[in-house]
Amino acid sequence: MAKFSGMKINPKGFHRSQLKFYLFLIPMAIFVALPIIFIVNHAFKPANELFAYPPRFFVQSPTFENFKDLVSIASDSGIPFSRYLFNSVVVTGIGVFLSVILTSMAAYALSKLKFKGKKALFEINTLALMFVPIAVTIPRYLTVTRLGLIDTYWVLILPLIAMPVGLFLVKQFIDQTPNDLIESAKIDGASEMEIFIKIIVPIIAPALATVAILSFQLIWNDLVGPNLFVNDESMKTLSFYFSTLASRTGNLVAGQGIMAAASLITFVPNIVIFIFLQNKVMNTMAHSGIK
Amino acid sequence: MSSVLAPFRKLREWFGDLLKKINHPAWFFTPYVLLFTVFIIIPVIIAVGLSFTYFNTIETPVWVGLKNYIELLTRDEIFMQYVLPNTVRFAFIVGPIGYFMSFLLAWMLSQVSHRPRTILAIVLYSPSMTAGIAMTVVWTVVFSGDATGYLNSMLLQMGWIQEPVQFLTSPDYLMTIMIVVGLWSSMGVGFLAMLAGILNIDQSLYEAAYVDGMKNRWQEIFYITIPSMKPQMLFGAVMAVVQTFTIGAIGVQLSGANPTPQYAGQLLVNHIEDFGFIRYLMGYASAVSVVLLLIIYGISKITWNLFGERD
Repeated sequence: MAKFSGMKINPKGFHRSQLKFYLFLIPMAIFVALPIIFIVNHAFKPANELFAYPPRFFVQSPTFENFKDLVSIASDSGIPFSRYLFNSVVVTGIGVFLSVILTSMAAYALSKLKFKGKKALFEINTLALMFVPIAVTIPRYLTVTRLGLIDTYWVLILPLIAMPVGLFLVKQFIDQTPNDLIESAKIDGASEMEIFIKIIVPIIAPALATVAILSFQLIWNDLVGPNLFVNDESMKTLSFYFSTLASRTGNLVAGQGIMAAASLITFVPNIVIFIFLQNKVMNTMAHSGIK
Repeated sequence: MSSVLAPFRKLREWFGDLLKKINHPAWFFTPYVLLFTVFIIIPVIIAVGLSFTYFNTIETPVWVGLKNYIELLTRDEIFMQYVLPNTVRFAFIVGPIGYFMSFLLAWMLSQVSHRPRTILAIVLYSPSMTAGIAMTVVWTVVFSGDATGYLNSMLLQMGWIQEPVQFLTSPDYLMTIMIVVGLWSSMGVGFLAMLAGILNIDQSLYEAAYVDGMKNRWQEIFYITIPSMKPQMLFGAVMAVVQTFTIGAIGVQLSGANPTPQYAGQLLVNHIEDFGFIRYLMGYASAVSVVLLLIIYGISKITWNLFGERD
């Protein structure tokens, strides 16, 4: 037991004692990454490699054939690929923007402002962390129908904007900011909105980035909206088009190269954004605890 | 030049004045609360309301009292024989194991240096970004029922099997595959929260404990690490519960059919879809939704009591 020397959090460099962790972490990471590496390889395989027996994991002579087919299949059915892409970009862009604004404003109110029902609101929101949207698909359908939102872009955006997890994370983050800053700004005659924009927003930028990532994933990958709330084919999104590929190409096995290309296109924006913002996400998560 | 910009300056001034006037808290929380109410609270209330009715989407709902619930608990053989046991099995394997893995990996990651930790954390988190559906093609190809399926081809070459196995359409394997896929993507937001939680623990706590005669890693984990990051542990637990029930829908995608072959991979979420959007028995499907929400709430409450502060 003499050798035991306590846990070292966030060590500066490599030490032999870390070897045991790497021995577990690296195989684990490889195992987890395999399906993703598979998708990347599969997406670039020409037909003869896709259906080769025995199957090969890595691509031999990469081609863009699958991506071209992905685009041409869309045009064949009347809606150009660019239309789905346009819809996805518009819907996701507006959705993420609104989600970040609404969430951060509500979080500021919950954290620093005084109003009736504040505690109850936070408690209901914390309860809603457990909310599983898939369970209320039917009543949501009835609600959007009653509101006359069917077949509009809004139906793809509005139901996904209010994210209990987002509000929760930003609120916890704002709780950490000192009240002195706000107080002194108030003495200078600043309004709450000015304080929010000029003082709070710059400080909580990491939390906003986290909300942006979470809502991006939610809206970009959403299938319920385009499947059930929109009938007009020209208003559906990329994620919907991709989900129909199996039936368009005959079956999953025949269209696997094209589907792999589609999966890659869905996945890449998610991972790229996360890589760029991961520092901010970790910063936010440090305050994520439920007390 | 100034005359061209004048309207813009006016607009800016007007906007600045507007910002000066926004002081009331209601401006801040109303937009969120409005959407939150319309798309989360009201649907839950409607679900509860509809669960007491017969509703086929065409005629107006007819009040039937507790009939749906009674039917669900006493007559719905599929629910009792397959859906409920499947859901329990899936949730109680994927939930706790995924949660434990998240903690273990976060704990290990916190003890390696910054750069490798960041890379490994991104890799481990990435499956949860794929939202299951996007990756259906991987699982379909890997577990494909003919000899070109990766797993079949491998097992055939090693001589472990003589004929390809119908992994995805065979009731014997579907659940196992769903569990593997569920675990694969279980390092989500909760995992990141726990990692950040450990990284934020004050290093001096460990040093003090070492001086006080802390003997091994287990003591460290149970007396310092977990108590110091309890709030993140709880957040992670709630996220794990929610994610487990959300990812559960993959059975239908994997097998390509709802209901899944011989109901082998049928979970509560699929049962709702089956009755709501295939049979259009929305009242009954709503009763199933309410049961699902109650189960999630119950499990979260239990974890709350396990990890939450008691004061």
